[in-house]
Amino acid sequence: MQVFDIFLLEAVVNGILLGGILALLALGLNLVFGVIDVVWICYAELIMLGMYAVYYGHNVFGWPLWLALVFGVAVVAVLGALLHQFVIRPVLAAEPINQLLVTGGVLFFLQAVATLAFGIEFKNIGIRLPQLSVGEMYLSVARLIAFLVALAGMIGMYLFLTRSYLGTAIRAISQDRAIMPLMGVNPNRIFLITSALGGGLAGLAACLLVLQYDIHPAIGLTFGPITFMVCVMGGLGNMIGGFIAAFIFAQFISVGGFFLHIEWGYVIAFVFFIGMMFWRPQGILGSK
Amino acid sequence: MLKLSNVSAGYGSFQALFDTSLEVNAGETVAVIGPNGAGKTTLLRVISRLIDASAGEMTMEARSLNTVPSHEVIAYGIAHVPENRRLFPRLSVEDNLRMGAYVPSARANFAERLERVYALFPRMKERRKQLAGTLSGGEQQMCAIGRALMSGPKLLLLDEPSAGLAPVVVQAIFEVVRKMSAEGYTVLIVEQNVQQVLKVADRAYLLETGRIKLSGRADELRENDAIKKSYLGL
Amino acid sequence: MKWAALVVLALAPLAGMGNYPLHLLIMCLLWGFVYTSWAIMGRLGMVSLGHGAFLGIGAYVVVLLWNHAGISPWLGTPIALVLTAVVAFVIGYPCFRFKIVGHYFALVTLALTEVARLVIVALRDQTGGSLGATPNTALADSAWSLGALQFSSKLIWFYIILVAWLAGLWIWGRVDRSMTRLALEAISQEEDAAASVGMNVTRLKLGVTLLSALMTCFGGVLYAQYQLYVNPETVSGIGISLQIVFGAIVGGMFVRLGPTVGAAITLLLAEVLRLAIGHDVHGLDTTIYGLMLVLFIIFMPKGILGAILEALEKRRAAKTAAATA
Repeated sequence: MQVFDIFLLEAVVNGILLGGILALLALGLNLVFGVIDVVWICYAELIMLGMYAVYYGHNVFGWPLWLALVFGVAVVAVLGALLHQFVIRPVLAAEPINQLLVTGGVLFFLQAVATLAFGIEFKNIGIRLPQLSVGEMYLSVARLIAFLVALAGMIGMYLFLTRSYLGTAIRAISQDRAIMPLMGVNPNRIFLITSALGGGLAGLAACLLVLQYDIHPAIGLTFGPITFMVCVMGGLGNMIGGFIAAFIFAQFISVGGFFLHIEWGYVIAFVFFIGMMFWRPQGILGSK
Repeated sequence: MLKLSNVSAGYGSFQALFDTSLEVNAGETVAVIGPNGAGKTTLLRVISRLIDASAGEMTMEARSLNTVPSHEVIAYGIAHVPENRRLFPRLSVEDNLRMGAYVPSARANFAERLERVYALFPRMKERRKQLAGTLSGGEQQMCAIGRALMSGPKLLLLDEPSAGLAPVVVQAIFEVVRKMSAEGYTVLIVEQNVQQVLKVADRAYLLETGRIKLSGRADELRENDAIKKSYLGL
Repeated sequence: MKWAALVVLALAPLAGMGNYPLHLLIMCLLWGFVYTSWAIMGRLGMVSLGHGAFLGIGAYVVVLLWNHAGISPWLGTPIALVLTAVVAFVIGYPCFRFKIVGHYFALVTLALTEVARLVIVALRDQTGGSLGATPNTALADSAWSLGALQFSSKLIWFYIILVAWLAGLWIWGRVDRSMTRLALEAISQEEDAAASVGMNVTRLKLGVTLLSALMTCFGGVLYAQYQLYVNPETVSGIGISLQIVFGAIVGGMFVRLGPTVGAAITLLLAEVLRLAIGHDVHGLDTTIYGLMLVLFIIFMPKGILGAILEALEKRRAAKTAAATA
């Protein structure tokens, strides 16, 4: 019985750490979602390209890891801005569902471009962080780092949004886009900055994922859906809600996976999500 | 200060403003009165460049406004308090005021102007942490005016500040307008409450179906028979 | 004209068509049927990203019942259809009841299709997991088995799928005719207005959804029996769900033959690119396809056929206007 408990505890702790990654994944998507009111269905594919960017920087160009990581963040930030300028902007006035679908088209496109450019072989940067043993538990150092970075990202984002003019404008624009020019704000510029920021956060997530997972063109499909679920359950654009939702999902996956199998963990999480949508469509923190 | 010559404008194929000429001099409070749908709001939206003028010239301190992007109008010293206040409901009062000081030239003076706005509207200081959406109608109007003042404008455009407010609150709002003109602000105010606005304005224009029908000193217009009959109910 | 085209289509394989073109034709009709099924609800503004779930249920339930319990597809298909109806109801009813629309509806159904894929993978002992599954063959000593719904002749499959496809188009027309204009508008946008005149919007939506889901499930059955191979990635999950949506959009989801045109174009595009470039360059065909999708949704949201019909309509209107003037 003692052994059983320690493994369960390990699953719970690993779930908390996984929650950190999910929270970080959700952060950028939530920002874009909350401000521009557009779902980037291709969000996880941006992360995938960020992972390739880190791989190319480190393993092909031979840069030091830190530079490759910075490169990864920068590449995805630029991609985010480009995505907005060339894909989202032309459909901003179109029906919401077209905005959703157009980024779905980008998803196919980015996956195919990655296949074309990088091939279908699995790649990894050849760095594996050790397991940390705490008592009788084994915890992933990579996940621990991701957890801490997610926490720092959350706090940084909160301070940016509440303490700076730009951050205040980003919060304001989602409430009344039409009068922003009267404040001397160019809405498109705010959208571009937000998209670049959202991309940058996706790049940050890419940096942490690349330490744990092999890279291949379809990797986005494995964590894209769960990221959407986290955002929606947290309440679209509600970052604190997203943070909490990330940890709830992570526990389902980790503990569910511990008792059954990892796929069942995901199944339980998704079924829970569907149920939650009926019970609280506005998100866990939303009010009716 | 602000000069419009023969300006026309509209929405799509619908023309709302015909051949309108109007002038606001420094230090003046000018009112534009007229019935609902006369094109008063359109007039202010044209000045703020939220919609394009299809014909005519607009200048602010002798600089043309005609092709200025709407978000740069504020740099010409024009601040616009829009119809229905349009505060950011889920931002605090102070964050709304901060948005008013968004342009880089205004940020340096943020603290000083905030004090000035709080002096003008002590109520705003009490409620500075409160979400703007939870304010009463009159408080929202004050917050909206305060927000516009935060950019340090030379000219303030007010769109129906008394609309939808209780009579007592309307009095308070016009008191604020009077106070601002006493402090030397230049104000262009659009109103349906003709009786009140003619008491605080120096000059006024009557706008009907998109055309200026009358103009003159406010005290003269108050004695004008047509205005008396149609707008003052005398 | 319409009937002549149909006769040509029906007789084409008899004129000594090669196996490969016949296969392409069958796939066009099969996916045309599935895309049509999706568009029956998609055109009303209910954009489901979850049709992979229904396709997966159809494909897997029939194959699994055959392989593990020896139950004939003739019995397996109704079972799969019932299961699909239950799933569609369980998801659809609360969605429409609580007015979950737009992004939210898309994301709920997206979760559903992922659940289907993950369940198939998780039940790897029964389903073969991500390696896929093959129905036990009944063709060991004969060219066809009616009981197992297995035929080695592509010609038989052509006619089966042709009939299914025609039935799909017929259902589309029936849905159009049975619903008043007001009902259609009610579903797609003016929901409150419709409710105020006493229309049961929830029931209308649910009916259309059930129809669409059942047809898609049947498409899954046909796919599995024709290909004699199923794989969780190709019949469920986000990938196939998006493929269904995009196929319908490219062709034009608001016109009856639009989804079929979409299926034909996407399939032929992939084939042509593959023939032109060869197998060496992985991903070029999908790159072009993805780019096309993006351009389509931005510049031609009504799809190819939709845009063509609209242009023709305009020309005709211009001509009549000129004639009367």
